[in-house]
Amino acid sequence: MYRARLFAINHSRGFEWVYRRLEAVLVALDPLFSTIGYNRLERSVAFVERGIKGFLFDCQMCGQCVLSSTGMSCPMNCPKQLRNGPCGGVRPGGFCEVKPEMRCVWVLAWDGASRMREGERIREVLPPVDRRLAGSSAWLRASREKAAALRVAREPERTTLAQSFAKAREIEPASAPLAEEPAKSVAGKDRR
Amino acid sequence: MSLFWTDPNAIRPYEDPPPGCVAGSKLELALRAGKFAVTVEMNPPDSADPADVFEAAKPLAAVADAINLTDASGANCHMSSIGMCALLTRMGHGSVYQISCRDRNRIAIQGDVLGAAAMGVKNVLCLTGDDVGAGDQPGAKPVFDLDAISLLRTIRTMRDDGVFLSGRKIVKPPRLFLGAAENPCIEPLEWRPERLAKKVEAGADFIQTNYVYDVPRFEKFMARVRDLGLDKKVFILPGVGPLASAKAARWMRSKVPGIHIPDSVIDRMEKAEKPGDEGKRICIELIQQIKEIAGVSGIHIMAYRREHLVGEIVREAGIDR
Repeated sequence: MYRARLFAINHSRGFEWVYRRLEAVLVALDPLFSTIGYNRLERSVAFVERGIKGFLFDCQMCGQCVLSSTGMSCPMNCPKQLRNGPCGGVRPGGFCEVKPEMRCVWVLAWDGASRMREGERIREVLPPVDRRLAGSSAWLRASREKAAALRVAREPERTTLAQSFAKAREIEPASAPLAEEPAKSVAGKDRR
Repeated sequence: MSLFWTDPNAIRPYEDPPPGCVAGSKLELALRAGKFAVTVEMNPPDSADPADVFEAAKPLAAVADAINLTDASGANCHMSSIGMCALLTRMGHGSVYQISCRDRNRIAIQGDVLGAAAMGVKNVLCLTGDDVGAGDQPGAKPVFDLDAISLLRTIRTMRDDGVFLSGRKIVKPPRLFLGAAENPCIEPLEWRPERLAKKVEAGADFIQTNYVYDVPRFEKFMARVRDLGLDKKVFILPGVGPLASAKAARWMRSKVPGIHIPDSVIDRMEKAEKPGDEGKRICIELIQQIKEIAGVSGIHIMAYRREHLVGEIVREAGIDR
């Protein structure tokens, strides 16, 4: 919802706090999640996540959430799905080149970041999206990745990407995941 | 008569760049030597005839350190950038291979980067690209698999680490001088220099900007760029171009994404008896003003459909050639 999205960005500092707490809880729950099995949790957590984030941020479920690094403005709402800042076509007043009635996602992102405690994160170069992870839970992924930050992936593709975007991997591990993916989190079907 | 200066079929070993250079292109050498560099954008032909490319390049090659070959700019279909680059390289001209993220995914782009390098291309400009809706085929599927900044990092990884983004080794990594675009006069003005910093961080060696018609705005941008120390890390070539008429200027401002032209410039064009000459004069004045701003390393001229004026503009602006 566009208005909820604007509200979330206007209160980016508060949502940042909520997100940090949520992340701490998820990381602390990693042993429990591992026992239950991430694969069993995937569907239900993704369902809840889609509902909450969909309402608040117009979340598109890319599965690689970087909201804390983008001023709580979801970059997947950019018609070009840019992950690293505005394009060169922003209209006067900060409106979108492609959808002139919408505020530019990245103008809002920088605005949101300026109010956040760790707003500096917006300066980090983020990697391209792994389209296989669309539809899966970024919350569970962040929990897995934070808890196993040093685990090295089996796939060389992911290792190279994570190394090429090392700082992004550090601050937003879900954006360059290395841990083994449970079968249900890799969809591949609902790609655009 | 052969169109090519050298035998196009000759196989030469892939050269290593001279010391201190990443690619050793004419443009890189000029910039690193502290020369005020000139790059010029070429209007791509809608043709399969190489002669049309040579014809269009001829007036530009005499004054430019490198010619920019657009990649379906404005989402309008023309001859491909990589094709034109390959042709100009055979002529011995410096070229800038423009890559937009709109039409190709990471697989195609990385392959094309190797192909371009093998054809002798040494400069690349990484762009996000205008939306497909801006062009002549708005029904096309926009790709945007990468963005300009992740594209820069991808090519830098190929060049410096010698691997694809997949981790697979590249036997001979491409030697490329990496460029990025900036649009200093467009919203969000406050954050444009920060975005430039991100591009430098991602791997940009040089920056070409979109049209600058508002010098005070650009000066403000550059002041912040200098505060961030970016002018020491990257070569900045602001973009300029001659306007054809007040009507054309107004059309550009409202229809082409990302172009800011102040009313004062349009007024001047309106009042001029010969708008074409006035457009040229404004362009020369802009170059002379921009040249004096600290941190500027050269100029990027985009004279769409007015390429015949580029030589005069460079000469009359007092740039050494």
